[in-house]
Amino acid sequence: MDSTVTTGSEENVWGGGNKPLGASYGKLMMWFFLVSDALTFSGLLAAYGFSRFKFYETWPIADQVFTHVPFFHGNFPMYYVAFMTFILIMSSVTMVLAVDAGHKMKKNAVIWYMFLTIIGGAIFVGSQGWEWATFIKGDYGAIETKGGRILQFVNSDTGERVGIADFAKTIASERVNHESKNGVWFYKGKELPSYSVNEVVEGFKANPNIAIRTEQIIQKGEGQGEKVILSRAEALKKLNNASQVVEGANLIHNEYGSRLFADFFFFITGFHGFHVTSGVVINLIIFFNVILGTYEKRGHYEMVEKVGLYWHFVDLVWVFVFTFFYLV
Amino acid sequence: MAHDHKLEIFRGLVKFKSNTQKIWGVLIFLTLVTIVEVVLGIIKPASLMHNSFLGMKLLNWIFIILTLVKAYYISWDFMHLRDEKTSLRRSIVWTPIFLVVYLVFILLVEANYINDVFTNGFVTWNF
Repeated sequence: MDSTVTTGSEENVWGGGNKPLGASYGKLMMWFFLVSDALTFSGLLAAYGFSRFKFYETWPIADQVFTHVPFFHGNFPMYYVAFMTFILIMSSVTMVLAVDAGHKMKKNAVIWYMFLTIIGGAIFVGSQGWEWATFIKGDYGAIETKGGRILQFVNSDTGERVGIADFAKTIASERVNHESKNGVWFYKGKELPSYSVNEVVEGFKANPNIAIRTEQIIQKGEGQGEKVILSRAEALKKLNNASQVVEGANLIHNEYGSRLFADFFFFITGFHGFHVTSGVVINLIIFFNVILGTYEKRGHYEMVEKVGLYWHFVDLVWVFVFTFFYLV
Repeated sequence: MAHDHKLEIFRGLVKFKSNTQKIWGVLIFLTLVTIVEVVLGIIKPASLMHNSFLGMKLLNWIFIILTLVKAYYISWDFMHLRDEKTSLRRSIVWTPIFLVVYLVFILLVEANYINDVFTNGFVTWNF
């Protein structure tokens, strides 16, 4: 028994119970997780940077891709993402206010702030879903060449994009969508696009005021930083290489330009959106625990602080995603 | 869990009376930075677009620096790193920074090399 009696200052160092970092076990583990998660996101963003540097002369310009705001028609680059960013920062603020109220043991304040945080998170996830849907649906359509490059159509006077539906000719064709009711053996084939390559090319020939915009970015001189717009003769030559009509974006084809852009967009914002979703779920669990008085009984609101760390981390990641996807 | 909060930001230039006030102050600052970023992103001033420093456009330097500023205030004030012990703060911050800088350096140099191959190496890919 003698050996377990606690005496003297030596026991303070070697006897256990030390907190050299001044943080509880749970908080330290949350930080461990956040640091490793930060490295995962950094890996994804670094891979994005890799692809972008590899193709920096042809990478899509974000302003020309994300131009939509719900319920409004027209060209509004950036506005909606700025709104989403603000929503996420705002929900971070309500979260930190909840943590602060928790330190003061104000149960009702914690409940209200957690509630607002969850609402903010839900608005953000909804906005991201809408952004995905808009991106997948596309709006103007484009032609993909045999080399896998994208040719977009613009009005040669204004430089604004023109949808293929606006100028494509209607040419009678025998090819129809293969449907299960028409075959004894049915294999789902490739869906037909709204217009065939031929219809688009003929429509282009018939409309002299339409020009083709390539993926290439002008590197020096006049119009630096803008996409190259081909002359009529060059455009017709390019169209000889047309292989298919692309509408919208998915993992294989992307009407906005480089398909890698779409791949990374889906992967990185998707991974981030998944974090926000799980953050909302965890917040909900803690929210109900607060209502039930779990932490009031426990005597401290450290759980709110821990979930708060996760929530701020999600905001922190978004700050970087916002910069590298929408601004730079 | 009564914590002591450090209430000054900007190296003591602004000092708040309470933690709640500091939170709102940081929100205002972050919002301002975001507004500046968005306005610059929409206008894209030609002088910043066409001049570069160390191979990157000045505008992109501004965006990246402002992002790091925002990241600093989110982690320092919202995630309470300002109130943690120095040893904890340093191990959280410098570990990822070291690893990320290393990874980014390697990948970007390699990507630049591949870009050179595409440009000068008799490879046709843009057709």
